[in-house]
Amino acid sequence: MNFPILSSLILLPLIGAFFLFFTKSRGENKITVKYVALFTSLVNFFLSIYLWLLFDQTTSDFQFVEERVWIKNLINYKVGVDGISILFIILTTFITPLCIISVNNSIKSRLNEFLIAILIMETFMIGVFCSLDLVVFYLFFEAGLIPMFLIIGIWGGSRRVYSAFKFFLFTLLGSVLMLVAIISIYWINGTTDVLKLYELGIDTKYQNLLWLAFFSSFAVKTPMWPVHTWLPDAHVEAPTAGSVLLAAILLKMAGYGFIRFSLGLFPTASEIFTPLIYAMSIIAIIFTSLIALMQEDMKKLIAYSSVAHMGFVTLGIFTIQQQGIEGSIIQMISHGLVSAALFLCVGVVYDRMHSRLIATYGGIVVIIPKYAVLFMIFTLAALGLPGTSGFVGEFLILMAAFKDNFLVAVLASLGVIIGAAYMLWLYKRVIFGKLINSDLKKMIDLNRSETFILTSLAIPTLYFGFYPDPLIKTIEVSITDLIETYNYNIASKT
Amino acid sequence: MNNIELVFPEIFISLLIMFLLILGVFKKDSSKIIHNISLLVLLATAVITFNETLGVGQVILFNESIIIDYLSSFMKIITLLSAFIVLSISSSYLKTFKLFKIEYPILILSSVLGMMVMISSNDLIVFYMGLELQSLALYVLATFNRDQLKSSEAGLKYFVLSALSSGLLLYGCSLIYGFTGSTNFNVIASQFNTNEYALTFGIVFILVGLSFKISAVPFHMWAPDVYEGSPTSVTLFFTMVPKIAALTVFIRFLYVPFSNLIEQWQMILVFLSIASMLFGAIAAIGQKNLKRLIAYSSISHVGYALAGLTTASNDGIQSSVVYITIYVVMNLGFFSCLLMMKRNNVYYENIDDLSGLSKNHPLLSLSLLIILFSLAGIPPLAGFFAKFYIFKSVIEQSMYFLAIVGLLSTVVAAFYYLRIIKIMYFDSEKESYDKDHSLWLKLSLTFSTLAILIYFIFPTQLIELVSKINII
Repeated sequence: MNFPILSSLILLPLIGAFFLFFTKSRGENKITVKYVALFTSLVNFFLSIYLWLLFDQTTSDFQFVEERVWIKNLINYKVGVDGISILFIILTTFITPLCIISVNNSIKSRLNEFLIAILIMETFMIGVFCSLDLVVFYLFFEAGLIPMFLIIGIWGGSRRVYSAFKFFLFTLLGSVLMLVAIISIYWINGTTDVLKLYELGIDTKYQNLLWLAFFSSFAVKTPMWPVHTWLPDAHVEAPTAGSVLLAAILLKMAGYGFIRFSLGLFPTASEIFTPLIYAMSIIAIIFTSLIALMQEDMKKLIAYSSVAHMGFVTLGIFTIQQQGIEGSIIQMISHGLVSAALFLCVGVVYDRMHSRLIATYGGIVVIIPKYAVLFMIFTLAALGLPGTSGFVGEFLILMAAFKDNFLVAVLASLGVIIGAAYMLWLYKRVIFGKLINSDLKKMIDLNRSETFILTSLAIPTLYFGFYPDPLIKTIEVSITDLIETYNYNIASKT
Repeated sequence: MNNIELVFPEIFISLLIMFLLILGVFKKDSSKIIHNISLLVLLATAVITFNETLGVGQVILFNESIIIDYLSSFMKIITLLSAFIVLSISSSYLKTFKLFKIEYPILILSSVLGMMVMISSNDLIVFYMGLELQSLALYVLATFNRDQLKSSEAGLKYFVLSALSSGLLLYGCSLIYGFTGSTNFNVIASQFNTNEYALTFGIVFILVGLSFKISAVPFHMWAPDVYEGSPTSVTLFFTMVPKIAALTVFIRFLYVPFSNLIEQWQMILVFLSIASMLFGAIAAIGQKNLKRLIAYSSISHVGYALAGLTTASNDGIQSSVVYITIYVVMNLGFFSCLLMMKRNNVYYENIDDLSGLSKNHPLLSLSLLIILFSLAGIPPLAGFFAKFYIFKSVIEQSMYFLAIVGLLSTVVAAFYYLRIIKIMYFDSEKESYDKDHSLWLKLSLTFSTLAILIYFIFPTQLIELVSKINII
């Protein structure tokens, strides 16, 4: 491979943003600006699909690796993908164009800057998923804070300042400890190259502290209970496209980090801290599901459901079994599609009625039937109905959990039931019931672009629900290898 | 005299100071021409320093009282260039306040001369001479807007407290002299008997005096008041140029005469560093005036630079030098923005005056946004790398406590930088500011913003430049 396909994926959105920077978005130009952004992100999407086609599913080695000297004698810029990261890259490039299409209705001012922020965000997110050097990873991981802070703060709702600050400071606080850990790894092993670190292994006496430092960053980002409080605030105040990016991709960085770094680099420590993760995941699943049940704001409800879903993900990852980790990755992909769609659904009614309160709505199935159908699909996917991608992930995770610890699995299954309760209740209150609020009668059904966005999210949700094989085939070998190395490391240490 | 060309920069600049003084006395209305000549002198001195001294290795001159090595040449060039930019962007500010007088550039030149002597000093007396030359010029500069009460107050405060610290410093020097019998750094280093407690006292006094000059906590009290009261162009000078010189002296003192006493001063330095980082970050939160805010922010940045010095390794020294260089660039950008906030001949310097800046001045606020995120140390901007190098060398010495406190205080510091961004971007707009600025101001803002923004593409160059600094 001579063509640097991964670097192109990282750089293309940046180039698009650079062009947008020099265009003025007034009057007629507004459409041009949007098309430039859309074009850039679509090219990126097709490039990533091409990457998937070229990707060799039979090996767990990193592919398309590029390495360049970046800071001499210190850090190399190194990128590459394996089965675990490639799906996240595709998810990112798939969600971004949909976000750009969705800005039509929700972003009224400073469209140009908004699109620049989204494109820069895409660069950083792709960077996170394919960097193979800890410092490069940290750089992309942290840099994403800047555009997201601005997206929430400039285009957000009434309490946007508070939410933006909370988001920024929470995440930064978690991450600085990771920086200490990364630099320590550099001095312990003399490199921050992930591949070399996999080979060398990290001395067990350091692992616990390093694991905790990485954990502090990932736990905030996931977000795990009890540091999840920034998420509902950020979601509620962010504009629709911002919420979508946040839920669909930003949260996945942490799950990805757990698999790639916590399991890969610190196996002994992961073994020790598994009960902690289990406990926190179970609390997240049950506790936040119960909170979600009582929410009056639709966005907040979905935000809390995200915390619960990510609880399943962390649970699955730390079962350290083939099904568990596969399930977690599929759950993350599925959550990326479904939560994005749910936020977009809320965005649709919000643009029309300017209210996110559940009480405002009721009985709109007769007025906007097309919307009701699509919303139904995503509601069912969120609660994990068989036939949707949500089921595959949750089922695999629960299966692995049953093998490992019966009690944990039972408690997690309880969460599934509460999950079904709050999602169905939300759907019932918004879509069915009596049409009391007469303002609702003026609502118009989905327009072309909204239909397009929601259908293009619904298709993979259903497709991977019935036939998850393409996903599993991509990740299978990498995960088998990860678990083998993990078990080998544990066995050799004890 | 051998090697006289190595002190050409100092000789050149002092001759021209005298020439300019005479010119100012005899020629009427010569402020403009003196201003321009001073700019040329600073630039020319930087070029001479670059040509004559940068490549010579270590040379000790004049009865071992002056040292020329890579560190001194590098720091001199940074000092001269930043003084050049400061002087060039302050002209429109000075004109507004009718301060555009001959004394201003001459005072800047003489304080720069003092700093160059400080940077090159290898002897306590030479060092003290340079220090006083720069301080005396700075006292006058602080009061330069003498019709304003605040400016006079700033100058007086600075004078009194600085004189006190000079006294402490001298006392320390005399203790050192008394117990080693020499004022020469190399002789002191060889004479050092670590059992002499009096010498430890000497070090403490000298460190106190020096911390005063770079406004490290707990010797920072003068900084916010002086920064706020002085004319903005002088504040800009204060926040950067004397710190470069003082940091060099710090490095020289700690690693040449006192290198045997590392156990004694390391603890003090760790304390100074942690206190400055934390205090600077926390105290800045409540500030309303941008100049006061930047005073506290500079206190915390000094803390980071000192953290590099605690490591007693070449790596640490180099990272401190990198830090101060990047800090100077960021500060230049910040003050360029501050000097652009002008409406009808009035300069605005409160945080609230930035409200809604992004609507009327998209480019200015974007630059300020980049500079602020960089000051907060968010990747991929230059400020992150500056902190990264510091903590890399700190963690190499297993000083985890220092590293963790330092990084946690960046989170606190991020809050007040974010607050400025919030006011610029999230709040409602006010009247717009003047849009015609001097070319120098625009150039310096563009330069610093671009340097911060694209630093991550070429991070190696700066590292290679400072990697020739070898003290230990």
